[in-house]
Amino acid sequence: MMSTGADELDRRIVVATQGGLPLVSDPWGAVAAELGISADELVGRVESMLERGVIRRIGAVPNHYAIGYTANGMSVWDVADETVDAVGEWLGALPAVTHCYRRPRRLPDWTYNLFAMVHGRSREAVRDQLEEIAARLEARFPGACRARDVLFSSAILKKTGLRIGAAA
Amino acid sequence: MSARSRPADVSGALDDTDRALINVLQGDFPLSRHPFADVGARLGLEEADVLARLRRLLDARVLTRFGPMFQIERIGGAFCLAAMRIPEERFGQVAERVNEFAEVAHNYRRDHALNMWFVLATERPEGVADCARRIEAATGLPVFLFPKEREYFVEMKLEA
Repeated sequence: MMSTGADELDRRIVVATQGGLPLVSDPWGAVAAELGISADELVGRVESMLERGVIRRIGAVPNHYAIGYTANGMSVWDVADETVDAVGEWLGALPAVTHCYRRPRRLPDWTYNLFAMVHGRSREAVRDQLEEIAARLEARFPGACRARDVLFSSAILKKTGLRIGAAA
Repeated sequence: MSARSRPADVSGALDDTDRALINVLQGDFPLSRHPFADVGARLGLEEADVLARLRRLLDARVLTRFGPMFQIERIGGAFCLAAMRIPEERFGQVAERVNEFAEVAHNYRRDHALNMWFVLATERPEGVADCARRIEAATGLPVFLFPKEREYFVEMKLEA
């Protein structure tokens, strides 16, 4: 939990940087000063958070539309439970796929249990890519995929990222 | 850009240096005392130029964020994908209500009967179900939760 001891510093670092790093010459020094710790202590802790996977990476998050990826396709697949992990590993390893997760079905409305995000420069390009992936998937795992669909985004309604509260 | 407009492809307005900077900044940002100077050195840019370009790219929303990306699960929090089926005539109003929740980290309109897909980020695992209930109460519509059962791959980089 995040309330006590060493974890409290992780949490304070999250709160101080979730809105972004300050755009100044020494951003880590600026964050450290805000937290009342030394820059060395902050950097040491950030390194530890990277090692523990609390931080996935540090850097820029592009608006994918703005850099030319106007088609954002959430491909969804209904894969037999006994094969879904093998198919997920395989799908996730494809260069076109940026995220790949297994999620629960919501029957009867939603039969899909595997989600793979594919970004492209047009919907046609993404659809073509998914056709090819589906064909390769069928060849590799015959009969495992019972249905599939792709949900394109037509608007970004919000993209602020994580916002946890400042109060402990 | 208004919140509900379809985002424009402004990639033509980026110069080669912007693209190179975006690509480098999607890699590992240095933990040094002058990281922007270090990034600049890799691209043949002055620190001030890196900072000015970064500020412009953020102001123009070419970049939505610059900083650490957290897996809040690793310190006791939770992320959860959620979806709603919203009648077309109510879409704008419901989107506003949903976006008011600080727990909604990002939200997309998608072409499907389930036409709104968003991610809840909460400080504690039980916060997800609690927030979903509050959104249901605020909108009068059901929220379907799709928690991650297994992650096979995540690569949050796109070549600019």
